[in-house]
Order: sequence, then structure tokens, then C-alpha cells
Amino acid sequence: MASPLWDRAFRLFAWGCSLVLMGAFLVIIGFLCIKGYTALTPRLIFGDTGFWDAVLLRRQVFDGLFPAMAGTLCLIMLSIVLAVPLGLSTGIFLAEYASPRVKWFFSLVFDILAGIPSIVVGLFGFCITLFLHQCFFDRLYPCLLISALSLAFLVLPYMIRTTQMALESLPVSVRLTAPSLGATQLQNIVYVLLPAALSTILSGIILSIGRCAEDTAVIMLTGAVATAGIPKSVFSSYEALPFYIYYISSQYADHSELIKGYGACLVLIFICMNLFVLSHFLKKRLSQRLLFRH
Amino acid sequence: MDVKAFLSKSMFLGACLLSTGITLGILGFMLVLAYPLFARGLFWEMLIQPWSPGQGLFGVGPMITGTLCIASLAVVISIPISLGVACFVGIVHPGGKGRILKSVVEAMTSVPTVIYGFVGVFLLVPLVRTLFSGGSGMCILSAGMMLGLLISPTMILFFVQSFTLVPQNHLDAADALGANTVQKFFYIVLPWAWKSMVTGLILSFGRAMGDTLIALMISGNAAAFPESVLDPARTLTAHIALIIAADFDSIEFKTLFVCGISLYAMTGFGVVLARGLGQRGRA
Repeated sequence: MASPLWDRAFRLFAWGCSLVLMGAFLVIIGFLCIKGYTALTPRLIFGDTGFWDAVLLRRQVFDGLFPAMAGTLCLIMLSIVLAVPLGLSTGIFLAEYASPRVKWFFSLVFDILAGIPSIVVGLFGFCITLFLHQCFFDRLYPCLLISALSLAFLVLPYMIRTTQMALESLPVSVRLTAPSLGATQLQNIVYVLLPAALSTILSGIILSIGRCAEDTAVIMLTGAVATAGIPKSVFSSYEALPFYIYYISSQYADHSELIKGYGACLVLIFICMNLFVLSHFLKKRLSQRLLFRH
Repeated sequence: MDVKAFLSKSMFLGACLLSTGITLGILGFMLVLAYPLFARGLFWEMLIQPWSPGQGLFGVGPMITGTLCIASLAVVISIPISLGVACFVGIVHPGGKGRILKSVVEAMTSVPTVIYGFVGVFLLVPLVRTLFSGGSGMCILSAGMMLGLLISPTMILFFVQSFTLVPQNHLDAADALGANTVQKFFYIVLPWAWKSMVTGLILSFGRAMGDTLIALMISGNAAAFPESVLDPARTLTAHIALIIAADFDSIEFKTLFVCGISLYAMTGFGVVLARGLGQRGRA
């Protein structure tokens, strides 16, 4: 394999594969842009309703994406609120309190949780609803709260892992200063370690937000519907952006609805990409600055 | 240990136990709900039987076959591409170009699955239909190709990660001896990195099996044993999404738990296998 021909072939292979992958990615994005750019107007989101009327909930939006976006937003906020305390505490326990043996066992469990397909988590949420409906509250149906809870289970392992990694990767000098000055373990965690690891933890949370925004399998089993308007309470069904896209792809009635589907795809990609860039930025740039400010 | 320290520690431990409880609870809930099938001894038969409700057969055999076919095809498509891109990023151009490509690949991981499905329905399926005239275009091939694209970024990042495990001084030594990139790859990088690359492969396979939307939207969802890659097939995940509206007491609904348990078992086994490999690699 010493001949330069092999070297050439190897480089060619690497270049070829990279071009194929980039090409496929560009085709996907380009296809959506070409088909959907005509839909990218305020009408796509607000329909015939005015901007302020829609945002201040004065009038209902009927033929726009606004209810779906509001539903996705509620879903994200609720599931992050549910997942963050649990994920953070678990991560802190694993990084700071657990002995290596205990840590080994629990990280195996959370790896398994991370590997569970999202539809199985959705099925779990659905069964919980069924169980609660039959045994306790007979007015409980699949709803926003159940979806948020299931999504929280789905992103929990990511949150645990980023918290644990962020804390474990702190340098020993940061870790030992406060205890040597007489701080307790809890004080060390709250005042030194968590602030120092904050940007990594935040980037993990933002990635989890992205997961919540994109996941369709869980919500189609636990309460997302095609038309519901703005969610009125956590016990009502709701619309969501990814579910809307799925729904359009199988049930579109005419060409204009399909174009709206392309527009919705672009909106969703835009949201997810922004979340990704934000998380990337936090992890790369701010980690240094935050480390030195505290 | 004062009260505050004790309370905080118990709180953190409680959170950890709760998270563990959720993981085991998901499996436990499905096992309890599938208990009638176990009690009647139907569970194991259902794993291989065909699905024909007319004859009273509610096996998920076709779905398991479909899942394995589509996920394997996706991995087979994804391996060479991922390997090439990972080599580009890690070995051929580790500097500027490689770093840009890696950022793009990382960005690709954030593209929602439903987008891949949507583009699959309106771009890939018509293309496959015209290229291989016959059928609707919704087949294992379309789903496998799209799924391969979906798991490629994950696999690439795993591969690149494993390439960084190679000690730099080995690479420097190879450079000093005048090795070219191929020699460097085959004699130094592969022997060091293959274990963790296999780990990445297993986890990507798990991801391909667990994906719902692509299979549901573009694999055709026919509940029969597929005979060629141009046949439609139904995956376990799509089966769950399709049957969920059935009557809760019906046997169709019970099959969901057979699907759920098999998916849980297969991905869980993959994780354990990957960890086992990783541990031995580190020792």
C-alpha cells in the first residue's frame, strides 16, 4: 500500500463520500427551499388574522401555522420545566456523590433509557393516560401535559449526561479550591462547580429543546391533533409543528395546502438550526468566559 | 454530616432513583399490560407468526423482519459514506476543510426526522418509482436510503470521535517514517479505533431501528413478509403508530406491547453490547 496510487484512491474516496453526503444534504434543503419559498409570507403563520390580533389571542387563527407553533412552544416549555430539575439533580448525584460502582450501574441504565425508541416512550405515555383514565380521573384524555411528560422522559438521559460530563470535566484546580477554603460539598457544588459548568449544561438543555421541537413519534401517540387552535389548558389537545408536517404529507387536500407543508418544513428547520447554533456557540465560546468570570 | 448536606444528598439520590424508576417502569408497564399474552403462552409465537387478522393470526413476524431489513439496509448504505467522511475529517484534511465539514455534519444532526420523511415522500419516492417502474415507490429501498442519510451524521461523529483515541505520537512516528494516508489509516488508526467504531455502528443501528417517522411515511406499511428491497414493509415502530387507535381490549392492541417489548429488548441489548466492547477497549 506504499504506492502513491493507493494514497490517491484513498483521498478520492474521502472526497467522494464527503461530496455525496453534502450533495444529499443540499438537495434536501434546496428542494424544500425551491418548493416552499413562495409560502414564506406572514400569511403562512397568521393566515388572514392580523399579527397583533393573533399574538394577543384576540382572534383565532384558522389557516396559519400560528396554533401549531404556539402548541410546540407550550410543549417545549412544559417538558423542559419537568425535565430540568430531575435531569440536573440526577447528573449532580452521578458526578459528585456516586461511587464508581454505583455510577457504572446508573449510567448503564441511562444509556438504555437514551436508546429506547421515542415511539416506545410515546406508547408508555399513552398507557399511563389509559391507566389513569380507567382508574382515577375519567375525564383525562391524551393531552398537552401527558405529551410534555413523555417528552421529558425522552430528553432526560441527554440532560443527565451533559450535566454529568460538564461537572466531571472541570479541572481539579476548580474542584478543590472551595473545599480547601472550608466550603462544604454542597456549597462547592452550588457556588463553584455548577456556575463553572453552566454553559455546557445550558447547551445540553438547548439541544434537549431541539429534541422536543422535532419529535413527532411521541406526540402523535399522546395528544397532538390536526386542528385544535391555541391550547387552552394543559389538559387539552393541541397542534404541533412536526405533527402538522406529518399530517400534511399524508392528508393534503390541494396544492396550496401542500405548499404550506413545505413552508412549515422550512420554519421547523429554521427553528432547529437556530437552536443548534445557539447551543454550539454556548459550548464553544462562552465556556472560557464563564469559567473566568466566577 | 449536618441536616442540610444530608437532605441535599438524599434529594439528588432520590432524583437518580426516580429516573431509574422511569427507565425500568417503561419496561415494567409493557410487561404488565402484555401479561395476558404471556399467560396464554402466545407471546413467543407472536414474534414469528404472520399478521393476518382474518385468520386470527396477530403475529408481528413481518414487522420484525421489516425493521431488521430497513435498519440493516440503512447501516449498509451509511457505513461507506460515513467512513469516507470520517477519514476526510480526521485523516485527510484534519485542518480547515475538515473542521468546516464536521460543523456541517453536526448541523445535520439537528435536522428533524419528519423533514427527512417529508422530502422522502415528495422527492425520493417518485424517483424510485420512475427508476424501478412497478409498485408505488414506497419500499424498503426508499426507506433504507433515507434512514441511511439520517444515521450518517451520528455514525460520522462516532467514527471521528474514535479516531481521536489514536495517540498523537503514533501518528507522528508514522509521518516521520514517511507513511502515506492509506498506510496511516490501515496500520495505525484502524487497529486503535476499531472497537469504538463498532460501538458507534451498534448504536447507529439502534437509532435506525428506533426511528418511526421515515419508516411510517415512506416504507409502504404493508404487513407482510417482504421478498425484495422493492417490496413495501412495515416496521415495529410504524406498527405501533398505526395500531394505536384500535380498541383497547382487542388483541390487536395487545400486539403493541409485543412490539414495544421487542424494540426495548433489541435496543437495550445493543447498548449493553456496545458498553461491553467499550469497556474491554479501555482496559
